[in-house]
Amino acid sequence: MQFFVQQFFNGLQLGSLYALIALGYSMVYGVLLLINFAHGDIFMFGAFVGVLASMVLGLPFIPTLLMSMIITALLGVTIERVAYKPLREASRLSVVITALGVGLLLENGMLALTGADPRKYPDDLITVDVYKPLGISISNVKIIIIVLAFVLFLGLYMIVQRTKWGMAMRAISYDKFAVPLMGVSQDQIISLTFILGTGLAAAGGILWGVAYTGLSPYMGMRVGWKCFTAAVVGGIGDIRGAMLGGLLLGFIEIFVPAYGNDIGISSTWRDPIAFGLLLLILVVRPTGLFGVARRQKV
Amino acid sequence: MYRRLITLTLALAAILAAIGPISVGAQDDCDFVGEVVIGVIGPLTGDIPKVGQSTVEAAEMAVEEINADCGLQIDEENYEVIIAVEDDESKAESAVAAATRLIVDEEVVAIVGPQASKQAVPAGQVANDRETPMISPWSTNPATTLDRPWVFRAAFLDPFQGRVMANFVAEEFGAETVAVLYDVASDYPKGLAENFRDAAEEGGLEVVAFESFTTGDTDFSSQLTNIIAAEPDVLFVPQYYNEVPLIVQQARELGYEGYIAGSDSWGTPDLLTLCGDACEGLFFSTHYAADIATEVGQTFIQAYEEKYGAKPDDVAALTYDSFQLLFTAIENANSLEREDVREALANIDLYEGVTGVMSFDEQGDPIKCAVIIQINEGAFTFYDSACPAGFPPEGESE
Repeated sequence: MQFFVQQFFNGLQLGSLYALIALGYSMVYGVLLLINFAHGDIFMFGAFVGVLASMVLGLPFIPTLLMSMIITALLGVTIERVAYKPLREASRLSVVITALGVGLLLENGMLALTGADPRKYPDDLITVDVYKPLGISISNVKIIIIVLAFVLFLGLYMIVQRTKWGMAMRAISYDKFAVPLMGVSQDQIISLTFILGTGLAAAGGILWGVAYTGLSPYMGMRVGWKCFTAAVVGGIGDIRGAMLGGLLLGFIEIFVPAYGNDIGISSTWRDPIAFGLLLLILVVRPTGLFGVARRQKV
Repeated sequence: MYRRLITLTLALAAILAAIGPISVGAQDDCDFVGEVVIGVIGPLTGDIPKVGQSTVEAAEMAVEEINADCGLQIDEENYEVIIAVEDDESKAESAVAAATRLIVDEEVVAIVGPQASKQAVPAGQVANDRETPMISPWSTNPATTLDRPWVFRAAFLDPFQGRVMANFVAEEFGAETVAVLYDVASDYPKGLAENFRDAAEEGGLEVVAFESFTTGDTDFSSQLTNIIAAEPDVLFVPQYYNEVPLIVQQARELGYEGYIAGSDSWGTPDLLTLCGDACEGLFFSTHYAADIATEVGQTFIQAYEEKYGAKPDDVAALTYDSFQLLFTAIENANSLEREDVREALANIDLYEGVTGVMSFDEQGDPIKCAVIIQINEGAFTFYDSACPAGFPPEGESE
């Protein structure tokens, strides 16, 4: 039982991090019908801004987090204005390729800027305390990650469901031509979407850096693809789906090696099984768990 | 007017491009009649860039020294040594491309590198197929040189290293149960994990957990929770300096209180900065220790420290030895033909390098001693040496 609870919290931590990143993919897709493949690299950028804030400027945790979220949000808006906006009327393919290009630019730009050596945050950014209630080990970092991820998700959900801005974001995903007719600026709403999405990715980056030391310019690539998959399985375009997809992926990645040995599967099979399960979900529900089938007017 | 400017610029660019490989440390009064180009492949970018940096630093130092001594003497003429450096990006495909480029485009006499087995094994295939001598300074996986007459190495092999560590944990900690956590997608950790497991079982230890992950993973909580539940005395982690801190920190956070031990991939000093206090007191096996080196070793260490401001790590020491082996072979062969150099390398019997005395077997692998290092007060310190039976032969210093 202890084993299960320990693994449950392990899964919750990993899943929360994946969810924070998946949220960005979902939001941008929901509003622009664009898979922002540069999102994983924006996550990496957020983590590196955190290095600047904490190692170079010596800021403590909360200012580091806020500084990273703000600067990364600015980057997100800039990318949108410079790379995606001019292609709004172009074919889907052009925008996708541009997104990939932006991602490569960020990766290699960061590599050129900071070099290939892994970076870390100062050890006292969050001083690690390990609590051992009832034989399980939980560090304060784990708790902070899980709580912060849920708080940010709830905040986002409130914004999307309860505010006018949120209503405008949902409206654009239904019918983007009608929105300007209602007196709402499309550009502003799209920028807001990017601000929120990339801000969350930055938060994910900082938390990731605290949990897993050793940040490198290519870290976003691996994580980004996984989180994109998670967002699709959850139902891309719906933020509840992103949260669920991220948590689901995290749990699968933790529980397959955890119990695999008992049924004769070594931890080597983790990735094939994890993605096999995700594939199965998509076969049964092609639009993802929370997804709604979209009708396309021809 | 612009046309002329463009033509001049293009001409200048063409000239610079034609110069190509790096010329290091040439002396003017040596009357060099030609050049010897040696290829160098290292992980300059990717997961372990410090290994790449050590590679290039040691290479440049070795070449500078020999050129200051009028380069290589062949038929009593002086040849200047230059190196052509390629980045394998810590990826197998890039290593293959780099090796091919060096052999075909740069027409190198020989290649030093790649370092990590994941790159050295496929690159070795290319070198062997294209009949170019290759020495990997740091690769310990047997597959790099197995049945490849053109490929050599300067480091000991993992079956030996596995035995060294299995013996060490049994003797030092009185361990009875061991666990292993390794990267299944990379040749070196996978091979060494299996070697360690086999050696441990032969030695009467019980392997209670044998968990794996994939390259690039950063969360090991699931595998570590499994391992902790199995209650091993020692956890063996044959991983690189960017992964060890993650594993050690997570293991401690999850409540693991047993011993943790490692292998030669721990030897890069960056591990100390990334890991901090969590790695204090841990042991690992490696190729050399800066604090007990022989006279030959001390000369090298001092020169390296003077030039680069830091002590050389095992990668630098092995790369330096590889270059010396190559220089010796070329001068013994008295020829720049790849076949002659290969034969001369194969004929080197006993050699004393910075990393100790080594003798070579039929596969082109050195028989040499390993050292055990402990992380003490944030630095690598020599703890003990472990030699194969009957080695070093009488009369030779270690």
